[in-house]
Amino acid sequence: MNPLHVPVVEKILSANDQVAELNRQWLDGSKTFGINIMASPGAGKTSVILQTIKTLAPRLRIGVVEGDTAPVTIDADKVIAAGMPAVQINTGGDCHLDAVMLRKGLEQLASEQMDLMIVENVGNLICPAAFSLGTHMNVLIASIPEGDDKPYKYPAIYRGLNVLIINKIDLLPYVKFNMAYFRQGVEMLNPGLMTFPVSCVSGEGIPEWTAWLEKQVMQIKKK
Amino acid sequence: MHELAVTESILSIAEKHASQANASRVTDIHIVIGKLASIVDDSVQFYWDIISQDTICANALLHFTRKPAQLICLECNTEYILEDELTTCPQCGGARIKVISGDEFWLESIEIEK
Repeated sequence: MNPLHVPVVEKILSANDQVAELNRQWLDGSKTFGINIMASPGAGKTSVILQTIKTLAPRLRIGVVEGDTAPVTIDADKVIAAGMPAVQINTGGDCHLDAVMLRKGLEQLASEQMDLMIVENVGNLICPAAFSLGTHMNVLIASIPEGDDKPYKYPAIYRGLNVLIINKIDLLPYVKFNMAYFRQGVEMLNPGLMTFPVSCVSGEGIPEWTAWLEKQVMQIKKK
Repeated sequence: MHELAVTESILSIAEKHASQANASRVTDIHIVIGKLASIVDDSVQFYWDIISQDTICANALLHFTRKPAQLICLECNTEYILEDELTTCPQCGGARIKVISGDEFWLESIEIEK
């Protein structure tokens, strides 16, 4: 028997994208602004989140969904200690969060009346780029000690960003990091990308980042 | 490392289309992967052999068509291919570029027996 050819042409991650769309509808419906924070391990995701909470907590209700590869609640515990609701999603060794995992996290936070929902993705520059979650904004935290060549080596993640935070700028005097070279790579992949250089140690740049973020959160409230 | 999730997705799409076409088995699956999709086909194949057992897709051959990531220089219009590391335009050194293709990641077609 001759095999029969069946054209399909279906995006392989379309199931994820559909759930991501449901997540977006849930966020819009509850007037919650959702951001997806990605970075390599150790870039300072949790530190930036804690600084953000500290600055915005007086005015905004913020929930955090923590993605971790192992059932270690260190990050979630820090957020809860800062007075905000957090849920931990254990990916069971997987390298990224996907839309279904986020959905489970959102269900647990459903009663929290959040203005802002922050997803802390798994520390990884490759896999999270492939899975949209349905959040309003993709944020990458790059950090000075990682080196200035990362946009050149991980182009896929830089292309899908809405905001870039360059963390640990207090280390610039001690690390060989060519900011112009780094920024050129970013500009090639994502022209005009909104960028905030910050230090969670000195606090530099945090007011600019949080003021900008608060403005985005308020815009969705008005809709 | 996310190839398992991806492979499960390939299986479910192939099963859906096979059952819509009343297939008795799936013999071949054609997949298109762009350079920027960051998928390792060897890993997909490895997972495939395990998870497709006892399904309508058991022993189906996976065929991968790799698409390069194509860039165009906005200064001099030279088109070039993204290798492993992003580079400025090889012709004029320009850094204003646009990605034309490379994000492809879809299941193109399947071959079935009725």
